[in-house]
Amino acid sequence: MTAIVTQSAAETEALGRELGRGLQGGDVVALTGALGSGKTRFVAGVCQALGAVGHFGSPTFTLINEYPAARCTVIHADMYRIADRAQAYDVGLMEYFRPPFVCLIEWAEHVLDLLPPEHYLIAFEHCTDETERRITIRRPDDGAA
Amino acid sequence: MTILGIETSCDETSAAVIRDGKICSNVISSQYVHRKYGGVVPELASRAHQRLITQVVEEALQNGSCGIRDLDAVAATYGPGLVGALLVGLNFGKALAYGLGIPFVGVNHMEGHLYSVLLGEPAPEFPFVSLIVSGGHTLLVHVRGPFLHDVLGQTRDDAAGEAFDKVAKMLGLGYPGGPRIDALAAQGNPRAIRFPRSYLEQDTLDFSFSGIKTAVLYYVRDHGLPGDPSVLADVCASFQQSVVDVLVRKTLRAAMMTGVRDVAIAGGVSANAGLRHELGKACTAAGKRLFMPHIEFCMDNGAMIGYVGWLKRNRGIRSPLDLTAVAGLELA
Repeated sequence: MTAIVTQSAAETEALGRELGRGLQGGDVVALTGALGSGKTRFVAGVCQALGAVGHFGSPTFTLINEYPAARCTVIHADMYRIADRAQAYDVGLMEYFRPPFVCLIEWAEHVLDLLPPEHYLIAFEHCTDETERRITIRRPDDGAA
Repeated sequence: MTILGIETSCDETSAAVIRDGKICSNVISSQYVHRKYGGVVPELASRAHQRLITQVVEEALQNGSCGIRDLDAVAATYGPGLVGALLVGLNFGKALAYGLGIPFVGVNHMEGHLYSVLLGEPAPEFPFVSLIVSGGHTLLVHVRGPFLHDVLGQTRDDAAGEAFDKVAKMLGLGYPGGPRIDALAAQGNPRAIRFPRSYLEQDTLDFSFSGIKTAVLYYVRDHGLPGDPSVLADVCASFQQSVVDVLVRKTLRAAMMTGVRDVAIAGGVSANAGLRHELGKACTAAGKRLFMPHIEFCMDNGAMIGYVGWLKRNRGIRSPLDLTAVAGLELA
C-alpha cells in the first residue's frame, strides 16, 4: 500500500501514467473518492501510458467508454449513477473483467462486492489545500486492506 | 419519401415520422421513473425502452397520419449511448425495416443534434458552427455542408450538463438538475460568488467543467448548504454564469476562427434560458445569427434521427442489417 499527496491535477495525471505503465489485459482498477477528487484525471494518465486512443472524459452519463490501445482495450467505466448490483450487471460491467480489457472503474464504491478478488484499489481524497489530493494505491499483491 | 426515426440512446424513448424533410409527428416518452433515483438508471432505461417502444412507434405513425406500409425507410440511433438502451431501438428499427422490405439507416445521435437545426424555420445556412451541449457531451463543430463537419473542440472531463446535474445533487436540488438550477439562477445574482472559469490553453476550443464543479463542492464544504433561498439562488446563478461564460466565449471564438455567419446550439443544455439569453446577446453583438431549436428538439428526440435518416436516404445511403450498437461512437 502506498499513499501519495499530489500537488496538482497534472501530478495526479502523472501518477496515473506511472501506474498505467505496469498494467496489462485482465487488470481491474477500482477508483474511489468524492466528486472532483481527481479520478478522471488519473484515468487520463493511465490511458496515455497504455497508448489508448480517445477522449478520456467523464463517463458519468455514458457509463462505459471503450478506448482501443496498443496491447489491450481500455474500459473506462463510471458507477456514479449505478445504485446496485443488478444495474451494474445490466450495463455489462463484469464482462470486461478479462483480457484484453484493462478495466478502470470510477465510483467503484458502488460495486466493490462485484470486483474480482485481484484488483487495484485507488482511493482519492480531498485535502485542506484545495489543489492537493491524497491518493492511496493498493495493488493486488498487497493483500487485503 | 416517408421515414420513421427511432431514438433510444439514453433516457428518452422517441419516434417520429418525417415526410420529405418535414416533421409529421414526434413522440417523446420521458422516463420520469428516473427522477427518484437521482440520475438515469440504465437498467430501468433498457427495460422502459422495451416496454415503451411499440407504443411510442404506433403513436408516432398515428399522429403522423402514416400507415406502416407508407414508410419508405426506417432510421434508428446506433450510437453513442448506453449499449443496452441503444439495442432496443436499433433492433426494433432493423426488424421493422426487414419485415417491411424497406431500407434501414443507422444514425449517429450527434449528427441528429447537429443537423436537426435545419428543421427550424428559419434555418442556418452552411457553413455554420454548432455547439452541442448535453449531459453526456459538450462539443463545438464546424458544419461545412451535409455530412461535412469537423469537431473543433470538446470537453476534456465533465460535460456541461453533467456539471449541472452534479452541482444540483450537491445542493440537494434533485434530478433533473439543469432545469432547477436554471430556474433558481433567474432569481439570483450571477456576480454574488466568483466561481472559476476554465478556458484552458489560449488557442484551444476544448472545454473543462470539472474545476467549476469542484469549486462549488468547496464552497458548500466551507459555507454549508445554503439554507436561505436567496443565497441558494445566488449560488445557482453564479455557477450557471461561469459555465455560460465559457460556453459563450468559446462558441463565439469558434465562429470568428471559422468565419461563419451562423451559429446553432443543440442538446439538452441548449434549453437553458441563461445560455440562450447570453449566447443570443453575444451573437448579436458580434454580427452573428443564432439558431436555437424549439425546446422539444433540444432534448433527445426521434425527429432528428428521422431527419438525418431522410438526408442519408436522399444520398442513397442504407445500412447493413448487421449494424451493431456502438456506445462510444464518435462524430466522424
